[in-house]
Amino acid sequence: MSQARVPAPLMALAGLGLLLFLLPFAGLVVRAPWGQVSQELLAPETATALGLSIFCSVTATAIALVLGIPLALILSRTTGTLRSVLRALTTLPMVLPPVVGGVALLLAFGRRGLIGAPLYQLFGVQIPFTTTAAVIAETFVAMPFLVIAIEGGLRSLDHRYEEAARALGANSWKVFARVTLPLLRPAIFSGAVLCWARALGEFGATITFAGNLPGRTQTVPLAVYIALESKPDGAIVLSLVLLAVSLAILIGLRDRWLGEP
Amino acid sequence: MTVFAAASLQPAFDKIAAQLYVDATFNYAGTQTLAAQLTQGAEADVFASADKTHMKTLLDAGLIAGAPEVFAHNRLEIAVAKGNPKRIHSLADLARPGLVVVLADPSVPAGKYAQQALAKANVTVHPASLEPQVTGVLSKVALGEADAGIVYVSDVITSQKVQGVPIPDSQNVVADYPIAALKNAQHNSTADAFIAFVLAPDGQSILKAAGFEPA
Repeated sequence: MSQARVPAPLMALAGLGLLLFLLPFAGLVVRAPWGQVSQELLAPETATALGLSIFCSVTATAIALVLGIPLALILSRTTGTLRSVLRALTTLPMVLPPVVGGVALLLAFGRRGLIGAPLYQLFGVQIPFTTTAAVIAETFVAMPFLVIAIEGGLRSLDHRYEEAARALGANSWKVFARVTLPLLRPAIFSGAVLCWARALGEFGATITFAGNLPGRTQTVPLAVYIALESKPDGAIVLSLVLLAVSLAILIGLRDRWLGEP
Repeated sequence: MTVFAAASLQPAFDKIAAQLYVDATFNYAGTQTLAAQLTQGAEADVFASADKTHMKTLLDAGLIAGAPEVFAHNRLEIAVAKGNPKRIHSLADLARPGLVVVLADPSVPAGKYAQQALAKANVTVHPASLEPQVTGVLSKVALGEADAGIVYVSDVITSQKVQGVPIPDSQNVVADYPIAALKNAQHNSTADAFIAFVLAPDGQSILKAAGFEPA
């Protein structure tokens, strides 16, 4: 396959963009106290925070898939004002400062919140300061990325396959499960990866809504923030660990899911 | 002129700036954040710390001009909802099962002091959260998510939604607030005037009204 040449000015701009990404990572790698890496890695707090981060981000992504795919489907089938309103509502958490999102979650699910108050009074259930709260915060912030990606996939889908399946007598559920979903696989994959990555890095909404307690709500970004001021070297190592784990998972998943090199 | 001041000083310092008619920019944050910013090269004229430890870090780094002076003291108090519905009367009550207690993280001065106070009272608390700023503790109590938290007396005075339960002197910890001009200050005379005012009777009475104990 012959590749079209990229114009030189575009190459230069792309290089600048790449530098903006890479320089901060280079800073982390250069400044990392490599002698302490094994010691930090073996520290029980590191394992605890990392395990919690992976659990919460994977759970949040699973919830986002279950709720987000239907949401994207509805978004792609509506038009006009309704669609604008639904879309704006879905993307709201992307533009909201995460700390504000955390406050909003408290006002909804907190002990005096809209849903939280009856839950607390009737059943004694308290959501803030629990791992559940950390998962809710991550889902709230990350799900829009999944919905937007899948909605884009749905809009560019060739609908003739679905029509053919319907013409052959498949009911709407069967069309969705056997035709639409398989066709959507690349969009679902990229949406899920974006969503998971955003959930993994989530900080503001989590610390506001779920608080900061090692083993329960202290995910890696929270542990990094706390360590940054008391032991900066540990914070750098922890950040690198998060980066390495994310890279490994992203590369590994991509091969498995899409069968691409 | 730029003043880096511990978050707990905001109400008092805003009033002082208004009385002095100085054109000052304030950077209020956790003392440990300010110290980290200053050692990383942030430019400022005055540093007001919530403990001596971080002031010493900056002294050792050669960033402070002259000798720091303690200008105020602060004590700890238990913050509870207005009316004290959970009937919390002492640090020992914080160990009650089912009570949601929030503390500042031990890396923050307020969290370190809270640990010292609990140790003095021989009380073991299982906090629901260790907040990165004392203001986080206060807001969680104010929002009703936490039943109690340990904060500064000055925090309770400035909040409309919480009330304080005093901690007896034998268990309390006194926080010393030192202030100093920075070596790379751009506005030396304004910085000195600001520090002088904070230490003078007028500044001291503003601090007292905000819940601090005069130096």
